[in-house]
Order: sequence, then structure tokens, then C-alpha cells
Amino acid sequence: MNAIAAVFIKEIRENLRDKRTIMSALLYGPLIGPAMFVLMMFAISSQLGGARSPVDIPVIGANRAPTLVTELKQAGLVPQPSTASPMAMVESHMARVVLRIPSTYAAQWKAGRPATVELFYDSSQRGVQSTIARVKGMLEAWSRKQGALRLLARGISPTVITPLVIADRDQSTPMSRAGLFLAFMPYFFVIVLFTGGMYLANDLTAGERERQSLEPLFASPVARWRILLGKLGAVCVFALASLVICLVLTLVAARIVPMPALDIAVNLGVRFGALTLLLMLPLASLIAVVQTLVAAFAKSYREAQTYLQFMMIVLVIPSVVMSFMPMNVRDWVYLIPVMGQQIGITQLLGGAMPSGLEIVYCLAGSGVATLVAGVITVWVYRSERLAISA
Amino acid sequence: MIEVADLHKAFGEVKAVDGVGFTARDGEITGLLGPNGAGKTTTLRMLYTLMKPDHGSVRVDGIDAVADPLAARRRLGVLPDARGLYTRLTARENIDYFASLHGLETKISQQRRDALVDALEMRDFLDRRTQGFSQGQRVKTAIARALIHDPHNVILDEPTNGLDVMATRGMRGFMRELRDSGHCVLFSSHIMQEVGLLCDRIVVIAAGRVVADESPQALREQTGQENLEDAFVSLIGSAEGLAA
Repeated sequence: MNAIAAVFIKEIRENLRDKRTIMSALLYGPLIGPAMFVLMMFAISSQLGGARSPVDIPVIGANRAPTLVTELKQAGLVPQPSTASPMAMVESHMARVVLRIPSTYAAQWKAGRPATVELFYDSSQRGVQSTIARVKGMLEAWSRKQGALRLLARGISPTVITPLVIADRDQSTPMSRAGLFLAFMPYFFVIVLFTGGMYLANDLTAGERERQSLEPLFASPVARWRILLGKLGAVCVFALASLVICLVLTLVAARIVPMPALDIAVNLGVRFGALTLLLMLPLASLIAVVQTLVAAFAKSYREAQTYLQFMMIVLVIPSVVMSFMPMNVRDWVYLIPVMGQQIGITQLLGGAMPSGLEIVYCLAGSGVATLVAGVITVWVYRSERLAISA
Repeated sequence: MIEVADLHKAFGEVKAVDGVGFTARDGEITGLLGPNGAGKTTTLRMLYTLMKPDHGSVRVDGIDAVADPLAARRRLGVLPDARGLYTRLTARENIDYFASLHGLETKISQQRRDALVDALEMRDFLDRRTQGFSQGQRVKTAIARALIHDPHNVILDEPTNGLDVMATRGMRGFMRELRDSGHCVLFSSHIMQEVGLLCDRIVVIAAGRVVADESPQALREQTGQENLEDAFVSLIGSAEGLAA
């Protein structure tokens, strides 16, 4: 048997017997992505559901503006009795938003001056913005209507004060809107690839060294680069298995979980799965090589683990930066490992198809990086220091 | 046959091996004796090409081990100081892994494995995972693994270290069998009795240098001491780091 294959088979067999590896690589590691997907869908559902539900807020002084309040009720506002001062109610979280119609209202209204109504809220509270926007929208609609009526009463067309009309021509599609919600998914695919191979990469280099089994292995008549290749293959297989499980579960979840709204369509089919896997292939080998390289520098399993965890944080920096600073994607960005994959998968999630050139860039960029990191790792693997344990 | 000439190896300022040279012949057991820290393990590591000597040469059956380490390792069976078994594999799987690394055909590797398993008396624990093995079981598995390709030259780093009396006797018998079948056996030890009992030739190392390279009998004559222990002490200058 070829020595590379011998190493590969032995590493796979040995690690299939390790509960810790199995659990992290094949069970809970791949579950995070699909679980987040399902949670996200439910979160969107409840958010959209909120947009159609009635607005329950305390209204103080409702009797001072009966017509206004009647109109607001028709728009979906359900006035609640107030139990304390508006400030106290907001502060004690008894109400998220409080509408107060001051005692000056009636006089201002009768005089034809702008009448003041007050909205109390705490804008640092989570989820309060949508309620504020809805109440403001209702009030503004009523204000415009009354203004138009006043103009008509003076014989002036209300169109006079509407010199500009903005017509929304939203070019998004149900799929691209879904892509926006699912922007976090590529990040999870990268993480799964990383965690899937991490235990193995660490165990096969730093772990073997710590258990002193690297010395007898290196004393056998097999060139070290062959041993390294066999080990890298095993790391890649575990990382990819982890990713495939994650992808399959996500695709299944996308079929089972009801879509939150008609104007959002999640495009997670077999084509998405296959293309994602294709884009991720060179990244899997790159991550395996870099993980092994990092583990080869460490003296112990624990030390390697520290480095690898740090590396995982470094790995997600591009995606975090991307989500905060939207940028125009140029073709060359696809050459950058991790980033290229993330942009490509984000496109797929939005129902778009990366061009042939972009796919080639994505594969070639990570492929070349794998070769470079591979050469460095072979070189490190040849060091005397590596085999000498403790 | 293993020929070593003028071997040097330094780690920073420390000269671990400082001009070691000897020959381990076929059909003989050569013992490398020295106190702890004398440079035995470092010397052996250079023989099986884990380390590159700073200076000097190693020849295994005439092959230059520095220039062609793979060819040299093919002719060597090595039990390193670090036994390093794979604890999630059984003893049999550990042995078979090395057979496949050597590219042996299944039929041949099975025959050799059976022969080694009988010679080392390891039938009872062959199919158990090596996790929790006794020291003796570990050494036996590691030796079977190291000799599965039937190497002509056998290097054993402190093979009886940590073994009980019965296991030690068994190991000595096994080494004699290897010698009698014409193998070149080189082993290191810091136990004088063992070296005196087993060896056809003793190479005494102290502070990175060879201080004697003789048969046990010649050694006694050279130092003028009847007792081997006294002979060693007079060679090394102190009994520190040696065990009776």
C-alpha cells in the first residue's frame, strides 16, 4: 500500500474512535449553522408579524383630541389606560411608547397653529424603533390629511404643497431580500470548515508529538512529506464531512421551516449546496494546511489549541469588516481566501450566480495560497525539533 | 552492520555528542553503555536519521545515512526511547500500520507479524487497544512494530527500561535470537549487569565521547579490574548515573 494512503487510512480510523472528535466535527459543530438559520427564520416571522399586529400604547389625554384618537384607532392603534406619568412608565418598562396629548392641544388646534403631541420612549431599548415609526407614521398621515383639508377649505389644491413625489422602484427580488437576512450563513460555513478539522489537525501533529509517537513514525522509511500529505488528507476529509453535514441540514431546514413572508424567498436548493461545496473545496485544504502548520509550531496539544482558537478569530475578521463596511466588490477580491468564498456564497444566497471568472478566481486564489502554505509546512515538518518529544 | 565515525552534535553550547565512533557488527550484540545524559539517545537518533550530525558519518550496511536517510532507515528497525504507541488502536493495528508504511504485501506482513507475536509472546493482548498496556506489553508491541519489515540492523534504546524480571529475561532471549540469526543488534543501556551479560562488544560513552570499545573480557583486562562494575567506574571516573 502507498505510504500516503496508509497514513490517511490510519488517521481516519483512529479518529473515528475518538468521541471528542466525532462529537465536535460531525455532530454539534455542523449543527450551529442550520440552527441559526431556523432561529433567524423565526425571528423574521415574529418581526413581520409585529408589523401587522395592533399597536398597544398608553394614550394620555385622549379626550382632548377625540377625532385624532378615533382616526388612530382605525389605523390600528389600541389606546391603553395610563397608570403613571409617561416618564415613569417608559423608565419602568411598563410601556415602550407613550403618546400624550397636552392640555394646550385644543387651543392650538382651534387657533390653526401647529398643535403639539408628545411621544415618550427610550430609543436605546431593543425593538422599540418599529413601534415609534408606526405611531409617527399614523400621526403624520393624519397631519397631512388635515393640512390638505385646510388648503381645500381655502380653495387651494393640496398638490401645491407636494412638489415632489417619490416613487419606489425597488429592484430587489424575494431571493435577494432573503440574502440580506442570511448574510451570516457564509460565516458559519467557514467556521464549520475550521472546527471540523481543528481537532484532527491538532491531534495529528501536536498531539502525536506530545504522545511521543512521532519519533517512531519518523524512524520508518517514509519521507516526511508523504506522512504530512496523508495527515492533511485526513484533516480535509473531516472538515469537508463537517461542512457537508452542515449544508445538508441547512437545505433540509429550508424545506421544512415555513418562510416568514411572501416577499422573501430562500434559495437553498441542491444547486446552492453543490456550488457552495465547490467554492469551499480549496478553502478546506488551505485551512487544513494552516492548522497543521500552526500545530507544528506548538510544543503541546494545549499550546496548539490556544493558537488555533486565536486563528479562528483572525479568520472571521474579513467577514465582520465586510458586514460593517459595505464595499463595491471588484473581481480581484475573489482571489482572497475566505473573502472570495464569503462573497460568492452571499451571492448564491441572494439568488445570483457568480460568473465563471469569479469562480475561477475563488478557486485559484485559495489553491495558490494552499500551495504556498503547503511548501512552508513541508519545510517545518522536516525540522529535527518536530520529532523530538518533550 | 552499522559504522559510526567521529560523530558530533551540539545543542547550542552543549556538546551532547563529541566525537563518537564505533562499529556494530552483524551477528553480534553491541551495547552502548553510559550514565544518564552521556549522549546515548542523541547518538542513536543520529543513527536512525532523526537528527543530522554536525560532523561525522553514519553507514548502515554501507549506505551513507546522512546522504540517503530513506535507504538507511529501510535497513533499520528502531525502538526509540519514546515508544509512542497509538492508544486508540489495538496492538495488531499498531503493527499493521507500520507494515503498510513499509509497503509490505498483506500476506508477507501477516507471516512476519505471526512470527514476531510468537517470539515476543504477545498473543494474549494482540487485539486489545494499547491504552492501559503495561510497560512490558508496550515495549513488545513497539518492537514488533519496529521489526515488521525484517530489518537487518536493529537499534533498541533502553529496551528493558521499566520491565519486570520476567519481561527483562524474555527481552534478553529475544535479542539473543536476533543475534543468532545473523542480525546486527545495537542497544543502549545504563544497566551494567545487562550489558555484561548480553554483549559481545561494549561501547562505553561518557560526556559525549567513547571511553572504551571492547569485549567484556578485554574490558576487564584493560582496566585491571576483575569486576565489570569496577571496570566501568574506573573508565568513567565515577559511578554516578549508572545502575547495577
